[in-house]
This record gives sequence, structure tokens and C-alpha cells, in this order.
Amino acid sequence: MSEARPIASLSRRYHFSASHRLHTEAYDAERNRAVYGKCNNPHGHGHNYVVQVTLRGPVDAETGMVCNLADLDAFARTNLLEPFDHTNLNTLSCFADAVSTTENLAIEIHRIFANCPHARLERVHIEETGNNSFDLSGGRSPALFFMS
Amino acid sequence: MIFLTRKAEFSSAHFYWNDSWTQEENERVFGKCANRNGHGHNYTLEVTVAGEVDPVSGFVVDLKELKDILEREVVSVYDHRHLNYEVPEFKATIPTTENIAVAIWRRLDGRIPNAKLHRVRVYEMPDLFADFYGESTYE
Repeated sequence: MSEARPIASLSRRYHFSASHRLHTEAYDAERNRAVYGKCNNPHGHGHNYVVQVTLRGPVDAETGMVCNLADLDAFARTNLLEPFDHTNLNTLSCFADAVSTTENLAIEIHRIFANCPHARLERVHIEETGNNSFDLSGGRSPALFFMS
Repeated sequence: MIFLTRKAEFSSAHFYWNDSWTQEENERVFGKCANRNGHGHNYTLEVTVAGEVDPVSGFVVDLKELKDILEREVVSVYDHRHLNYEVPEFKATIPTTENIAVAIWRRLDGRIPNAKLHRVRVYEMPDLFADFYGESTYE
């Protein structure tokens, strides 16, 4: 019988900066201002987002790793940083019909990393500012909350 | 049940190398980490223990005692050392962040009076860390 392998989690933090505006066509202008406040400013505003992804699995006996960091970083560069960094989130196809809240951003980023072939996604944690953070756990990504 | 977390820091050298592979294979898999001259990090260790609050002392564990245990079992062994050459558990195990978390768990498990070890978190740098909860699997 082979030896028991420890199961560990590896967490990596990525940083990107983007602008956005919280606004839904489902509300009139007054209600958008009432619900979203400063975040409804028509010209938009921006954040330095921090995305912390946690991958979980057995520690590979040959490499000592849950996931090769070089593979994970390459995946993040192609699928997270290149599409999101220094963009206006509202212009991205994933937010064509969904408000660019950090909740919805967490759902979209969870969907991206759930497809990472290198290890199983356990959690996505996103910091919009130093005071706001959002977590999404589990292996299955929920659907984005689309405007009705 | 209360969860209590204590931090400690150690600075160590290491490199990643699998003796059963060729140099090319080690360099392909481990990249810069395969440099046999080693490199180093300021590691941050976070140890979380779980227990009930003692009705007299108001403590789950005595933090000074926990600090002393971390110092004796981990920091005094790892700090300002080369993990591959000077720490016995890494003679035959690659000192990745995951394996360091597992090794620290094994050093601490059962040694903390009145509390159960819940999680060992090891930061290799602020943007990279590994968690171990004592779980394992059979293949």
C-alpha cells in the first residue's frame, strides 16, 4: 500500500486595477443613485483589486506541491490579469448584462479558476478595498446574477 | 469553541530538488527554485488552535506558553538555517511551502496543552501561503 499523502491548500494572491460603475437598467436614474450611491457616478471609479485563490489537493510525492506555482501563475496571467487588469469592468463581456459588483466579479473569477487544470479550486477571496472582501467557496460556480 | 491564532517568523534558505530526476527535469519543474546554491525567504507561521475557555484563567491556552512551544519546536530549528541541509525532515522531503506546513503540523500536533491544533498556515511571502489541517488520503 502506498503511503498516506497529506492534503493541503495553497493560496496565491494576484493584484489588478480596474474601473467600474454600479448601475442597472432595471432601475431608473433616481433609484440607481439611491441604491448604488457614489458607485453610480456616471464617469466610473476604480479599485486595486486583490484576488486570492485557494487550491486544495494531495501534496504530490515527487514535487512536494499541491500545484506547480509556475503553472498557476501562467494560468492567472492568461485568464485573469490580461483580461481584467487596467480595464473598465463594465466593458467586459461578462458584465454586459450583469452589474459589476464584487459579488458578481467573485462569481466570474470563481468560474475562471474552476476551469484551472492544475488543481481543484477551493475558494476565491476578493478584496475590493482594504475594508471590503468577498468569498466564494466550493467546486461549482454559481451563475452570474443577470439583470431581469 | 474558540479559535486562537499565534504568529511567529523565521528566515531560512532552501531549494527544490528531486534526487530521482535529472538536472534538466528538476530545472524544468522547479525553475529558479532548483538552483542548488539555494535562496531564502522570511516565512510567517500562523498556528491556530481550538479549545474551550478555561473558566478561571479566561484563556484557551496561555499565549506565552504557546509562544514558547512555537519557539522551541519550530523557530529554534528553522530560523537562520538551510532547510534542506540542517532540518532533519527535509533530508528526504522537498521543503515546499506545503511540506513545511505539514512538517510544522507534525512538530506541534499533541504538544499544545488544553487545545487541539486546528490549522498551520505558512506564508512563504505575503502573496503565497499553504494551509494544513492534518488531513491525508490513501492512494
